[in-house]
Amino acid sequence: MSEPIRLWRSLDELEAGLAGGPSAFSAARRDFLKLAAAAAALAGAGCSRPVEEIVPYVHPTGSAPGVPRYFATAMTLEGCASGVLVESNMGRPTKVEGNPAHPASLGATDVQAQASVLQLWDPDRSGAIRHRGAIAPRAELEAEWHDALAALEARGGEGLRILTGYTSSPTFAAQMDAVLKRFPAARWHRWEALHRDNSLEGARLALGRALAPVYRFDAADVVVALDADFLGEGPGHVRYARDFAGRRKPRGGAPMNRLYAVETAPTLAGAMADHRAALSPPALLRWLGQLDTALRGEPGAELPLARAAARDLQAHRGRALVLAGESLPPEAHALVHRINAELGAAGSTVAYVEPVAGDVHCAASLRELVSDLGAGRVEALVMLGVNPAYDAPADADFAAALRRAPRTLHQGLYDDETAALCAWHVPEAHYLEDWSDARAFDGTASVVQPLIAPLHGALSRHEVMALLAGTPGRPRDFVRAQWRGRKAEADFEDSWRAALREGVIPGTAFRPVSATARRVDFTPPPAVTGAWTVRLRADPSVRDGTFANNAWLQELPKPHSKLTWDNAAFMSAESAAKLGVRTGDTIEVASGPGRVEAPVWILPDHADGAVTMALGFGRSRAGRVGNGVGVDAYALRTFAAPWAAGAAVRKVAGRHVFATTQNHDRMEGREPVRVVRADEAARGARIPDETPKESLYPPWTYDSYRWGMVIDLNACIGCNACTIACQAENNIPTVGAEQVRRGREMHWIRVDRYYEGPAKDPRTYFQPVPCMQCEDAPCEAVCPVGATVHDSEGINVQVYNRCVGTRFCSNNCPYKVRRFNFLHFAAGPAEPPLEARNPEVTVRMRGVMEKCNYCLQRITRARLETDREGRRIADGEVVTACQAACPTRAITFGDLADPESAVSAAARSPLDYALLAELNTRPRTTYLARVVNPNPDAQREA
Amino acid sequence: MAQVFTPGAVLALKLALLGGLGVLAAGSVAAYHYLQGPETLAEAPRQPIPFSHKHHVGDDGIDCRYCHDGVEVAAFAGIPSTQVCMTCHSQLFTDAPVLEPLRESAARGKPLRWARVHDLPDFVYFDHGIHVKKGVGCVECHGRVDRMPVVRRVASLEMQWCLECHRNPEPHLRPARFEFDMRPTAEIRALAGAPKTTLASTRRLTDCSTCHR
Repeated sequence: MSEPIRLWRSLDELEAGLAGGPSAFSAARRDFLKLAAAAAALAGAGCSRPVEEIVPYVHPTGSAPGVPRYFATAMTLEGCASGVLVESNMGRPTKVEGNPAHPASLGATDVQAQASVLQLWDPDRSGAIRHRGAIAPRAELEAEWHDALAALEARGGEGLRILTGYTSSPTFAAQMDAVLKRFPAARWHRWEALHRDNSLEGARLALGRALAPVYRFDAADVVVALDADFLGEGPGHVRYARDFAGRRKPRGGAPMNRLYAVETAPTLAGAMADHRAALSPPALLRWLGQLDTALRGEPGAELPLARAAARDLQAHRGRALVLAGESLPPEAHALVHRINAELGAAGSTVAYVEPVAGDVHCAASLRELVSDLGAGRVEALVMLGVNPAYDAPADADFAAALRRAPRTLHQGLYDDETAALCAWHVPEAHYLEDWSDARAFDGTASVVQPLIAPLHGALSRHEVMALLAGTPGRPRDFVRAQWRGRKAEADFEDSWRAALREGVIPGTAFRPVSATARRVDFTPPPAVTGAWTVRLRADPSVRDGTFANNAWLQELPKPHSKLTWDNAAFMSAESAAKLGVRTGDTIEVASGPGRVEAPVWILPDHADGAVTMALGFGRSRAGRVGNGVGVDAYALRTFAAPWAAGAAVRKVAGRHVFATTQNHDRMEGREPVRVVRADEAARGARIPDETPKESLYPPWTYDSYRWGMVIDLNACIGCNACTIACQAENNIPTVGAEQVRRGREMHWIRVDRYYEGPAKDPRTYFQPVPCMQCEDAPCEAVCPVGATVHDSEGINVQVYNRCVGTRFCSNNCPYKVRRFNFLHFAAGPAEPPLEARNPEVTVRMRGVMEKCNYCLQRITRARLETDREGRRIADGEVVTACQAACPTRAITFGDLADPESAVSAAARSPLDYALLAELNTRPRTTYLARVVNPNPDAQREA
Repeated sequence: MAQVFTPGAVLALKLALLGGLGVLAAGSVAAYHYLQGPETLAEAPRQPIPFSHKHHVGDDGIDCRYCHDGVEVAAFAGIPSTQVCMTCHSQLFTDAPVLEPLRESAARGKPLRWARVHDLPDFVYFDHGIHVKKGVGCVECHGRVDRMPVVRRVASLEMQWCLECHRNPEPHLRPARFEFDMRPTAEIRALAGAPKTTLASTRRLTDCSTCHR
């Protein structure tokens, strides 16, 4: 058994001493009474008898009202599709689930997919076609562009430019072919803020052509990730997370993998790493150089970790994998391709396919457009689904260039920064409103089908393309025609229906291309003492700013910092000390042509000499939710250095108060996360049961189901998908930054982050915490009105209609999982309309306590269904929202009364333990300890 | 010190206070009745069409499920679509003035808007399907709709009333095939015996989470 570990959550806490002891709460009795007296409940005013109508269909739809239906479709993010199943309640899409048949999903989703349903219902979405800001009819748009295009056609399309982001839609590509056929001199430009230029360029250098890697983590024993967050972002990350976690089982099956991560700012992959080093971008490249030196057996590799990693990689030839993140320069990518080839990874742990979203170099493409705009060579510019006025590099000065285009059209979900500068704006259909198609990271194609007619009269992107091509039609017909090919209508119908039903078109995955990586010169940059690097990266929630107006994502705590509603200048404690700043102080970062002022947030696991800032904030026309949130880091971005650049950093005046969800209190020396080494776990190490043997409470008896949950900390990557899935499923409101600062966030399942080890470069652990459904629940004993009670299946239920809001239960809950509606959050300004709500879950009023109930509505649905069929609920028939979304299947839920159930098996694991077991609450939700697999070799060297 | 208020002012003040109290009391009583729903159970809300269950069920003998087709499988029994009404009424009473809203609905594709008679609070999740499956007849809660020219509520639908049955369901259940029979349960049981349904324990049936979530 390992030594007990000492966890900490913030540097303040570490400094205060880990020993714990009571926290410094020394309020006098009078203060306490004053605080207590402040609780006053007001009776609801202005009641009136509800007038309720029943509105039946005119024509029946074939489904009983109130019974949800699911439709398979696909969501595209940065050009790559992920299969989803969307729940429709009487025609209203309310919840997104992963599609088990889709290779990029396997049933799981990321946070953006979960939050996309809120984006659909966003009232701030663009609602009308606009001409110079004024609402214009579609006919006017069509008439004007019809004439303009005819004039352009006469000149072969000279001066017509189309700008899009990455797209993998075959239908769109075919339409673009038609447009370029009509206008041979027109140009198609691409700009994706989170582009993959470096990796495509690296492939070009090493492999001779732009290819995209597809990784096989299920086949990898040793993985080295160089600033590559394969668990958190990029094509296929949800799938990769599943494959990776599948190889981290300490017992049974394949040997446990080992991950080395070298990165600047902490990422999800870094938190899962067995060995991690935090290095600034130039130092990281030097580390890669050292790894290469060590792998080639040449002298000069001085870094112990690089040497150990090299030996480990070589010992697992053919089962080893090295990953290069997008921020690394093309030469580094090329070197990594070569290293993989030499390690025998190509063909086993990595395959190369044609890039699904094309091989266009975004920076070169946009740079050309900007220079042509400046030179007056652009007659008409059509921008589809892009927002370059916000997210183009600062040295492009796109907004100024755009003003020089005589004729402009922008299509987007929002009337955004770019729309404001365009003559025409056309609202774009959300993917849940549109017909289209898209390819996954491995090429697998899906048909995108609408769940609802466009809410705001939005147009499909295919309709705008049809306008350009001069071939009017309906989006569905374009997609059908694309996939029908030369087949007869009658032969096609079956495969079309199958594609719509399954969400995947069989046999469309790209065949791996064999490619030989050649060696390319790579010279790491020399070390410069005292130099600062600014590292720009996508925000884990709002990505490049696309989701800035999504309150669920804005309020979702970032995995490491637990920041909400903000971005910050992340840096290490040492760097901060050098600048003389602490968390909340303001610094000025100057790089390239830009400079920004941003508040500092100290991350213990950040590299020295670097500042990391998330893109996607500081927007001016995102909508009511996203405007003015955070600082716009695009001001520091240039064409030449999109991800990392030298910077000048200095302290300036100003303080900022962040809204963060952890560090509210001290840990009192408790041990919430248990960690076991892989070799100990393989030998069957057991976490001792610390539950006191006796209890003052009489035991409960159960005659039917006994629901329980086990959360595997060894699988949890901290991605937050569970939190958002729960929010969508259970109608959980957002509260806004001000209320988060007061500790009033409402998430029913949160993901706690703990550190272990030294203040510099500690190990990171994540722990999802829903309600523990205690057997002897402290909350139940103190409720004066019986609003929280134990039900006959062991769930600690909250009865909203009984709750009077004393909050005694929350005060008595040692896990702090109870959430109180201090205000009428459900009617908050960022809340979705009622149509977007889950009709199976009560929307809570002000003054009511709420918390996780194991998705009672899902249990009830299964119970009623099986009861009608006269059988018991089978194992796996009830899947909670958090469980369904989890990319790594870290959450197991089921009937503990059934010894054969998956949850019973998990609870019998020697690594199973209860959170704060010593309190004798006897939780239903238990955890499996985290298992780390360090390299004994590396530990000796270090 | 001289009196601040004249006796007249004092009287006026007393009367005003008393009057205020009276208004408050009257208001409370009015609000109580207003919020209780229809004053008497016999009072039926106004419907767009004076649809007669007595005529359709009692006289014509149409099965409940012909119109309420979700009643066995879903939470909602379902209100028939215009198209279901028109299966007959495109042939029968095609020019009856009371059916004008129906014809209008069919012609314009606009749904009828019925007033809800049985309105449960929004935090109650009632499921028709399971009740029918377990042998609760329609008549048990909805009364003799086959005798109602205009449907009205016969049960209070208060929690106390629900619990009466959930605490002791057995006498309220009837054998399969008789769920849609309008005769009282006692009569059915005398005729066809007790149902063979398995029920969850009374503890389960009276859990808060059975109906509230």
